[in-house]
Amino acid sequence: MSAPSSSSLSIRDLHASIGDKPILKGLTLDIPKGEVHAIMGKNGAGKSTLAKIMAGHPDYTVTSGDVLLDGESILGIEPDVRARLGLFLAFQYPMEIPGVTIANFIRAALQARLPEGEELEATDYYAKLYSKMDALSVPRNFTSRSVNEGFSGGEKKRCEILQMAMLEPSYAVLDETDSGLDIDALKIVSAGVNALRGPNIGMLVITHYQRLLDYIVPDKVHVMSEGRIIHSGDKDLALKLEAEGYDWVEKEYSAGKSAV
Amino acid sequence: MSISTSFPAEIATSSTLNHWPEWFRKDQQEAWEIFQSLRQPKRTDEPWRFANLKAIDLSDFHAAVPVQDAASLITRSSAHTSLAAKLIFANEVLIHNDQAGLPAGVLLLPLEEAAKNHEELFRKSFMTSEVRLGSKKFAALHRAHLRSGAFVYVPQGVVIEKPIEIWHWVEGENTTIFPHTLIVLGEGASATVIDHFVSSREERSLAIAVNDLTLGTNAKLHYVGVQDWSDKATAFHINTTEVEKQAVSTALQMNLGGAYIRGESDSHLLGEESRSVMLSINPASGTREIDQRTFQDHFAPRATSDLLYHNALADSSRTIFAGLIKVEEAAHETDAYQKVRNLMLSDEAEANSMPGLEILADNVRCTHGATSGELNEDELFYMMARGIPPKQAAQLIVRGFFGTVLERLENEDLQAHLGEILDRKLNLNV
Repeated sequence: MSAPSSSSLSIRDLHASIGDKPILKGLTLDIPKGEVHAIMGKNGAGKSTLAKIMAGHPDYTVTSGDVLLDGESILGIEPDVRARLGLFLAFQYPMEIPGVTIANFIRAALQARLPEGEELEATDYYAKLYSKMDALSVPRNFTSRSVNEGFSGGEKKRCEILQMAMLEPSYAVLDETDSGLDIDALKIVSAGVNALRGPNIGMLVITHYQRLLDYIVPDKVHVMSEGRIIHSGDKDLALKLEAEGYDWVEKEYSAGKSAV
Repeated sequence: MSISTSFPAEIATSSTLNHWPEWFRKDQQEAWEIFQSLRQPKRTDEPWRFANLKAIDLSDFHAAVPVQDAASLITRSSAHTSLAAKLIFANEVLIHNDQAGLPAGVLLLPLEEAAKNHEELFRKSFMTSEVRLGSKKFAALHRAHLRSGAFVYVPQGVVIEKPIEIWHWVEGENTTIFPHTLIVLGEGASATVIDHFVSSREERSLAIAVNDLTLGTNAKLHYVGVQDWSDKATAFHINTTEVEKQAVSTALQMNLGGAYIRGESDSHLLGEESRSVMLSINPASGTREIDQRTFQDHFAPRATSDLLYHNALADSSRTIFAGLIKVEEAAHETDAYQKVRNLMLSDEAEANSMPGLEILADNVRCTHGATSGELNEDELFYMMARGIPPKQAAQLIVRGFFGTVLERLENEDLQAHLGEILDRKLNLNV
């Protein structure tokens, strides 16, 4: 196990449970800034749970291990503080918030990042918001619509990426961002994500299907099973998983374990 | 110097009353007798179920005297930036009257002037309906002591684009005022009227406010009451709305202040395909009590009434809602909706909801319901995951909860304006 880089999102031997039920069982993963990693795995492998635990969802308890953001532990820190430290979670099922407009929502999120007493500059804010919306093909009148209310699946996911573009996180976890998208929506969302790639951000893309990784090409692919990473490889691993399924990885992993 | 002893003498001697015509002064004397003959409400009276009857003991209140510094209240009467007209009353005295932006033919007058110079119009629409929701006694007191108020008449076909703003200030410990707004829209006329109810200082006071909204055929009215009395105030807000054929009334009451607020809203759907939208936004905190009774009374076929009341209850605040939809025999194909939502922000708060339905016609569509719930944890987590601290997140959710009521106004400018007022005022413990 390599030492966590000071410029990475680093998950060290993480164990977590919901109630009495263990979900993560010693998961280790290091996502350096500038890289895009993908986690693939069957339903029930714990992928979405991992995303929620990193964001600090109150339903889950971390029993051991650590999550380090640029070398500092974020466990025990409130979800909003984690977000302001630079962590972003694109939700698989974004919440609808009746009566709260997208413009006011993102504005509140940006305002929360400013020092006390400092006001967000409205003109600059809207200029930036509109340019990001245009890039994601989100109609401008969406600013006055309530967050996610009545949105199609594709609109919700575009709205998640819009928030990510506005908040400029250092690390982003994208939880099944492809679910519920048709191919056109998938292309738009992927282009939006790719536009944000760069040396100042590390991304973790959680997906069920290899399809997304045709558009968001990862630097590394990890296979998750029963709460652990059981195999890692380059982008070609995704293609192999698509063609051959997960059984061979699980077999290899079991064999490796019994050999130890 | 309480209401029960000194008021009649003041009626007789007050110089301000000389502005009223003789016939109205006789009316006032009769109303005073009615007030005296009616007993105080009891808890066993159906319209006062769950009500806090201690709060409506009026014995400490006395009549208003003119305010000391009218100029400063005029300065403080500043809300909407683009208006058709503005009237400001302070302790029932008209202190400001700007109507430069009104189209020709519109009458915007102090009530006593309307009674004198437009007697027929006035008589036809001034408190003509019986007060049926419990406050008959207090409406009689209002009528007996009324000194002034706003009279708005928009003649046939005239459309006023910008809002008319009316301010009602109260000043002085234990002072009583009787604000009144009377709106008459002729056939096809259209107007937006915003009533602001405000206290000049953090004092105990009593307001018994009445508004009569009368809409002729095809008329369109947006009426908003922005109630922002001091947190020590007791207030009655008694409304009657009469909607003729194909007319649309949209009335919103925002209760942002007050210690005890009793609201009564009575909509008469008189004409075919008429429509009455009844809205209320109620942020309740501290020990505030907001007691609202409503009536959606359908007399004509194919009319619609749509009530949406949102209460957010913090601390040990209390709300009561009792609403009745009645579909009279002739009112076939009625659409009537009634929805009350209580957002509970504290374990000490208490919301009472009593929706009701009485249907005497065929082929009608009526739904009614009341729900109570707490802040949604998943929404909170979602907002926190964006970096918004939990307190701000909760306040945004509450603001959104009220925003969904504002969305019912078919006037974006008005929505934005009232949204800003809410943003300034909303500071609940969440």
